Amino acid sequence: MATAATAPQDGLPASPEAIVVRFAGDSGDGMQLTGGQFTLSTALAGNDLATFPDFPAEIRAPQGTLFGVSAFQINFGSRSINTAGDAPDVLVAMNPAALKVNLSALKPGGLIIADTGAFTKRNLDKAKYAANPLEDGSLAKYDVLAFDISEKTIEAVKPFGLGNKDALRSKNMWTLGLALWMFDREREPIHAWLKAKFKSKPDIADANIAALDAGHAYGETAELAGPLKQVHVDPVPTDPGLYRTVTGAEAVSLGLVAGAQLAELPMFFGGYPITPASAILHHLARLKEFGVTTFQAEDEIAAVCAAIGASWAGQLGVTSSSGPGIALKTEAIGLGIMTELPLVIVNSQRGGPSTGLPTKTEQSDLYQAVYGRNGDAPMPVIAARSPSDAFEVAIEACRIATQYMTPVMLLTDGYIANAAEPWKVPDPDTFEPFPAKFLTEKNGEDEEGNPTFLPYKRDEKGARPWVKPGTPDLMHRIGGIEKHELTGNIDYSPDNHQRMTDLRKQKVEGIAVPDQEVALGETSGKLAVVGWGSTYGPIHQAVRRSIEKGCSVSHIHVRHIWPMPKNLGDLLRGFDHVLVPEMNTGQFKTVLRDQFLVDAQALTKTSGQPFQIAELEAEIAKFFDGIPGNEGGQVPANDEQLPSTEM
Amino acid sequence: MNAPVKIETTLKDWETDQEVRWCPGCGDYAILKAVQRTLPQLGCDPTKTVFISGIGCSSRFPYYMETYGFHTIHGRAPAFATGAKLANPELDVWLVTGDGDGLSIGGNHLMHVLRRNVNMQIMLFNNEIYGLTKGQASPTSREGTKSPSTPIGSYDHPARPAAFALGAGARFVGRGFDVSKNLPDVLKAAHAHKGAAFIEIFQNCIVYNKDVFNDFAAPKGAEDQQLWLQNGEPMLFAGGAKGITLNRETLSLEVVDVADGDWEGAGVIVHDVTNRSIAHMLVEMPFGPFPMALGVLYDDPHPTFEDAVVEERKKASEGKEANLAKLLGKGQTWTVSGTAQDPV
Repeated sequence: MATAATAPQDGLPASPEAIVVRFAGDSGDGMQLTGGQFTLSTALAGNDLATFPDFPAEIRAPQGTLFGVSAFQINFGSRSINTAGDAPDVLVAMNPAALKVNLSALKPGGLIIADTGAFTKRNLDKAKYAANPLEDGSLAKYDVLAFDISEKTIEAVKPFGLGNKDALRSKNMWTLGLALWMFDREREPIHAWLKAKFKSKPDIADANIAALDAGHAYGETAELAGPLKQVHVDPVPTDPGLYRTVTGAEAVSLGLVAGAQLAELPMFFGGYPITPASAILHHLARLKEFGVTTFQAEDEIAAVCAAIGASWAGQLGVTSSSGPGIALKTEAIGLGIMTELPLVIVNSQRGGPSTGLPTKTEQSDLYQAVYGRNGDAPMPVIAARSPSDAFEVAIEACRIATQYMTPVMLLTDGYIANAAEPWKVPDPDTFEPFPAKFLTEKNGEDEEGNPTFLPYKRDEKGARPWVKPGTPDLMHRIGGIEKHELTGNIDYSPDNHQRMTDLRKQKVEGIAVPDQEVALGETSGKLAVVGWGSTYGPIHQAVRRSIEKGCSVSHIHVRHIWPMPKNLGDLLRGFDHVLVPEMNTGQFKTVLRDQFLVDAQALTKTSGQPFQIAELEAEIAKFFDGIPGNEGGQVPANDEQLPSTEM
Repeated sequence: MNAPVKIETTLKDWETDQEVRWCPGCGDYAILKAVQRTLPQLGCDPTKTVFISGIGCSSRFPYYMETYGFHTIHGRAPAFATGAKLANPELDVWLVTGDGDGLSIGGNHLMHVLRRNVNMQIMLFNNEIYGLTKGQASPTSREGTKSPSTPIGSYDHPARPAAFALGAGARFVGRGFDVSKNLPDVLKAAHAHKGAAFIEIFQNCIVYNKDVFNDFAAPKGAEDQQLWLQNGEPMLFAGGAKGITLNRETLSLEVVDVADGDWEGAGVIVHDVTNRSIAHMLVEMPFGPFPMALGVLYDDPHPTFEDAVVEERKKASEGKEANLAKLLGKGQTWTVSGTAQDPV
């Protein structure tokens, strides 16, 4: 998909730079699994990639229904990939509902692979199709490749004596086999994975392998005239080294383990099941040998309270949730701020308010993170921009929490948590350790000059000492009541509360944060597109394309949401305009305005779906009327633009 | 829990320099003294002792104990205590809560700390009223309690702390009252019990709910209404003139008169602290027709949560190396060398 000029296509090009494939089916069809394994084979083939799993909140929604459709999109290419792609080039539709829900996203001229075996009257009715779209000509502007995958799967697994129902479970593997052939991928790693997955059920493993091979063979031998042909995507030149795929939830978990090691602390993780944050609890529960204790609490509140209790006792307390759970934890986070204990809170944001959209992504908890507590309760907030970035950000959260004795909120979102990307495995030795220090001796003098212990005497960073209960001679009491600025004893006096409020604020404001760099473009100019979190990919690509068109636009992506980099205000003032795309109604825009008095403009999206490159590009274009190819401040219409193509 | 090494201390060593801020005459003073008197007798080490509380009058307790203390948030003390105990199982954890803190806002956490059986002593000061918020009816207030929030009298049915605890799975249930000379014995038994030990302590709120326990807890003259339970001893009260028997047909407890000390003849039962069925009857025993059951109602240890967590962590780590570099490079990986890519 090298240029925008080739549309409408005649099938897929034989050697595109990047291609977007979406697998869609019933939530019981195993689309996430198919996508995951296709991702792995793509990574092994050396392509860069980004994925977008999009599934319903229901576990097994009634079969064949529109709301039960589960999809997995992957964008892969022979050059750097930052987003899961705007519009798919290929849509695999395992049933009518999957076709109906996903068709509007498909690029004109794109390829539809459909299982005719699932296009029964019953399934068509459930998908509210009056006529079979595979037969009524309504798909004329696409390439359609429809054949009976169900039947072919049943045939392939016949030797294993499975009933029809069980046999059909291998449909996804047949389809994966076909996809592997289409994109010239190795089958062996998937064979090995199936054997390991069904270790105790070798029959099932063999049946799935047979289905996979049959799908692959179908592509190879049938090589039909028309749209089905092999496509080769070259490997992307990358830094030599060891690579793996990683999801945001995995990267956060690994980053927390690394952070705890760098702080030389055991980790205590208090969690409560919630979508899309539970995966972190699941990962950490398997890492006990790293000194990790996981505690599945009775509720969100107990999860954070137990983590604070563990921090008080000398471990690195961590808790994790999504918006509704963070709301419940809020009072305890305030106590963590008041008692100045380290705590890392991971918020995997999802659509809100209330229960909202549990499985869809949003960035609407920014106010909650920065401002959402009673009292003046300053707390550092940092945000990961991609699945792999979450590793470093988690380490940074541990560093700030332990060095400054404060709760820290780490923001990710449903997209980052679930999406996978290739990750060059970092060398842990390249990270600077930040060993936690525990006070073991008295640190002050009383009025008579005798050594005494002052639990709130601060160091040069404004942090108070950390003392483990069990340490001789340093017994003391802490709590949520305002306390004397040195002794920590209850103190409601007006001057003291004023001072303590100031000290808590100064401590957080004084946190050392690296200067803000420009991700792409010049350090001043006409337009700065400022993002945070998972909008990194689409903003980056949209800005890149716009720069290539000659626009004076830069991409600035902020990791440290609170406190912000000290140079950010000056940097933003170097641009005529500031555009802030966010998956909320403009929260970061408001914070930027408040902090720097800049006229930041919001570009908001709250559809539960990530930004597309094209929509950002169109918005950027509005600032550049008169640039060739952009007359009237408009980008060409989407049909011409081939939105999945990252330039 | 037993401190591994007995430490010599005096009552004074357990007092802080902080001015105690309860109302003059509050039952909390007596409980504080009882605790400060008991801990030296147990040989506890103030360094390793922690007092954790929620919010309310009772929850100010940690400020007055010369130990490590954490005055947390309303109702959540059991969760903080669970985290602290898991982080350092060597800490001797005392939890202080009240009827509002522990049974209203914190009922959920109290239930879970008990059923998990985290090793700690849980003292619930029951004064049947919200004191610190100026006298509203609490979950243990008796029906008809007039208060600022229930001017015509409360109509919700009171929670019964000991029954709640036992129902939640507690393996130790004790009872005492603020000014009782026997309170230290109950505290000692709770401390000796390995696991979550629940102690309901009736406490006189002299400002908002004065003397509501006088029928059995008045400093003088109410002794006949106290059934002090002793393991292996007959359930006698009123100076031995009365006892408790089990009606084997209705499976319920009854009060019987005991003539000339012949409790066996009267059918008085012997207290077995490990008998859970009898314990259920004792915590359900209505005061009035029956005396107030005090002392150790139930004590039957069970494996603790923190032991299970430590054991699990040990097992899960067996034969595994905590090598971060290896962990990061785990799973399906590939190496890039120049342009060729090989799965590893």
